[in-house]
Amino acid sequence: MEISQTDMAAIWLTLRLASTVTLLLLLIGTPMAWWLSQTRSKLKAPIAAFLALPLILPPTVIGFYLLVAMAPDGVLGQLTNGLGLGSLAFSFWGLVLASMIYSLPFVVQPLHNAFEAIGARPLEVAATLRATPIDRFFSVVMPLAKPGFISAAILGFAHTVGEFGVVLMIGGNIPYKTQVISVKIYEHVELFEYEQAHYLSVLMMGFSFVVLLGLYLLRGTKTKFGMRF
Amino acid sequence: MKTRKIIAKFKHQTERGGFCLDVDLALPTQGVSAIFGRSGAGKTSLLRAMAGLDRIANGVMQLGDEIWQNGAGFTPTHKRRIGYIFQEASLFSHLNAGENLAYAQKRAWRVEGDGAADFDMLVELLGIGGLLKRHPDQLSGGERQRVAIARALLVNPNLLLMDEPLAALDIERKNEILSYLERLRNEIKIPIIYVSHSIDEVARLADHMVVLHEGKVVAQGALAAVLSRLDLPLKLGQDIGVVIEAEITERDEKWHLARAVFNGGELWIADENDTIGVAIRMRILARDVSLAKQKIDGDSSILNGLSVEIIDIKPDEHAAMLLVQLRLGEQVLIARITAKSAAQLALEIGDDVWALVKSVSVIR
Repeated sequence: MEISQTDMAAIWLTLRLASTVTLLLLLIGTPMAWWLSQTRSKLKAPIAAFLALPLILPPTVIGFYLLVAMAPDGVLGQLTNGLGLGSLAFSFWGLVLASMIYSLPFVVQPLHNAFEAIGARPLEVAATLRATPIDRFFSVVMPLAKPGFISAAILGFAHTVGEFGVVLMIGGNIPYKTQVISVKIYEHVELFEYEQAHYLSVLMMGFSFVVLLGLYLLRGTKTKFGMRF
Repeated sequence: MKTRKIIAKFKHQTERGGFCLDVDLALPTQGVSAIFGRSGAGKTSLLRAMAGLDRIANGVMQLGDEIWQNGAGFTPTHKRRIGYIFQEASLFSHLNAGENLAYAQKRAWRVEGDGAADFDMLVELLGIGGLLKRHPDQLSGGERQRVAIARALLVNPNLLLMDEPLAALDIERKNEILSYLERLRNEIKIPIIYVSHSIDEVARLADHMVVLHEGKVVAQGALAAVLSRLDLPLKLGQDIGVVIEAEITERDEKWHLARAVFNGGELWIADENDTIGVAIRMRILARDVSLAKQKIDGDSSILNGLSVEIIDIKPDEHAAMLLVQLRLGEQVLIARITAKSAAQLALEIGDDVWALVKSVSVIR
């Protein structure tokens, strides 16, 4: 069987989406996780709980609120229209935003755990060796939290690849634009194209297994980090 | 305030209201000042506050004219010219020993000063030349601590703070590091503040001593002066004793003895190939000093007898024992004897007696 052009497009779109989301999430998730690991604020628990909401909320709830916000009279809609960007709904960047919210806890939590596992001592040592706070972060925290970063990147990427509900609600099912693998499988099944559905599903199974295997092997190393499933 | 001292004033009540640190210290800017006390006495809290690792409100910390904390002013740790040794060697686990040193060397210039210290000299001084390629988990506890000490000194500090650097080590490693610390004390010109709960370490290394008890300073001064006091609230038990600085003036080749002369007397000690004129520190434990009313000539195995005057007698923590404070010249000795003997000899303050010194440990 030959893989169809739209299947191929769905695979590439999925990879592009997941890479973009992972990269952006690492950028914004790192300061968030760092703040959570260092703060003594009373707001820590409520904020941590809020950031973890996507772990248990039905994707449709996130999708619903995002759609409302992205509508022309919604908060995000007004903002993007005002900036001349048009609507985020049913666009690639709309998907990116939705996926970031949906996958946020999968990036923040392993980083948070990794940062907490480092403890205060290495940072204190660095301070006595003249390292400024920013220098300490890059020269001590980043290298010591490396397994946490790897774990966060893998989980964020994999979770974005695996999402369905939010994508369907925000992106719809537009080939080449918002049609990712999970949605494409859904479409194949609806049209009774079981062979194509199998093809993509096996791909996803293989991918997911490799990701989890990688994580478990990584966790086998002596450094403590990551999510507890 | 203009000063040539290390000023540390900290008052701290914990949120639970229990423990409190209340010190007002002026330490000399040369030599080793030991902060001695039991665990929980507040030694580490004090040292951390001095380094700026913990901020105690309204504290004062200054090193000579450099003010690090006063009122609202607070210099963060990374801008203070300090070196800090933690209790457990805290090498960065993602770097090997050499890279750990390079980490400090690279950042030494950040605070005004002469840049990094002499790398080769420190590596040589601490004997870590062969370890530089190894990772921290391939080093023994003692080796790790030696690398950590070199690393702390590489930033060229004006003040070295050491928090029980030997506490996490076994006896053998302790002795290994102690001999390095003794070399260090003689080689580097900066003041060292050395926190310890071990009177042995303090007696070997310190020049000045502060005794901390429940967050408060109960005694401070020159090492010999503090150690010769009988009224410290700390119970040293078997370890109570004095130190005397002396000079080797003569060697007896036949009996392998050396004559150590000090202000107030002299003692014959075991000769360790000492050079004439070398300065030594002798530690004489109270339990190794006996008293006699008359001079014993040739009737005892004890070589050293000193004519002393009793200046104080205090009960020991054990009911059977007494501590007797003795003066010889400008030095003070302490004898720990049984109350029964004291009664039989009818010892009184002001009496002239003979102190028989059974053993002396020498720190060269």
